[in-house]
Amino acid sequence: MDKESFAGGAEMDRKSFAEDAEMDRDSFMQALARRHGKENQVILSRSTVGIAGLGGLGSHVAFSLARLGVGRLVLVDFDRVDVTNLHRQQYAAHQVGMEKPRALAMELERINPYGTYDTYFERVTPENICRLFGDCQVICEAFDHAKEKAMLTENVLMRLKGTPLVAASGMAGMESGNSIRTTKVMPDFYLCGDRASDVDNVGSLIEPRVALCAAHQALTVFRLLLGIQEI
Amino acid sequence: MLIVNGKEMQYSGPCTVLELLGRLGYRPDRTAVEKNGEIIPRAELAGTELADNDKLEIVSFVGGG
Repeated sequence: MDKESFAGGAEMDRKSFAEDAEMDRDSFMQALARRHGKENQVILSRSTVGIAGLGGLGSHVAFSLARLGVGRLVLVDFDRVDVTNLHRQQYAAHQVGMEKPRALAMELERINPYGTYDTYFERVTPENICRLFGDCQVICEAFDHAKEKAMLTENVLMRLKGTPLVAASGMAGMESGNSIRTTKVMPDFYLCGDRASDVDNVGSLIEPRVALCAAHQALTVFRLLLGIQEI
Repeated sequence: MLIVNGKEMQYSGPCTVLELLGRLGYRPDRTAVEKNGEIIPRAELAGTELADNDKLEIVSFVGGG
């Protein structure tokens, strides 16, 4: 296990980002509250969301949730940033080779220096799901492989009953974005995507469609945090 | 009769959940199955017999993310 929290660990960075931006925590939070609603922002800032997999989906979901002012994100991936990720994932060229959780937290700190970003550089397994995501209000499935998606879904729904899971399936190819939808499949299980286009069949995986699917996920997380359970 | 993903389906058992997945063309390692409101762990698909009036939700995943 390699856990790092950017709330404490990067306190220096946090201060310098905030100082550079010539703003303080109060003005940032007030700006969010003006757009999202004061009471909603209190809920968002007290929430923890887990993101399993920090590729095309997970990195975009994390950006959205940081901008929404979600108080704490649990970021988990076992992979490092690769040059082949840059076409659709929220990493920068200078981050190639870095551990994804840490690289993503760096970017999130620049957007919202007041969030807490807990980073875990490890593979998600049935055994560690409760340890990693046990205190999350909502969990996002953002893996690449179908088998891993199924593994996480099965285990979150069994082991963390009552915690909503927002998963994604089917965003490969170059079809219209109108095929990407959000469906409530089971009481605590939401699925975003066209549920059909498999990267193994269609080959391509392009940024706008992946980002669109991630936006469906982030919006669903936002609504769930605010108590809206219907689609 | 079974209800699979909200649709009625004729049932003339005996049949396990794993066998049903095979008949319907699902790949068990890429699916999550809920029966009467409870998730069935992958390891128990082969040992879980279906009964008349069972209600199933079968979610199949494709790759990409």
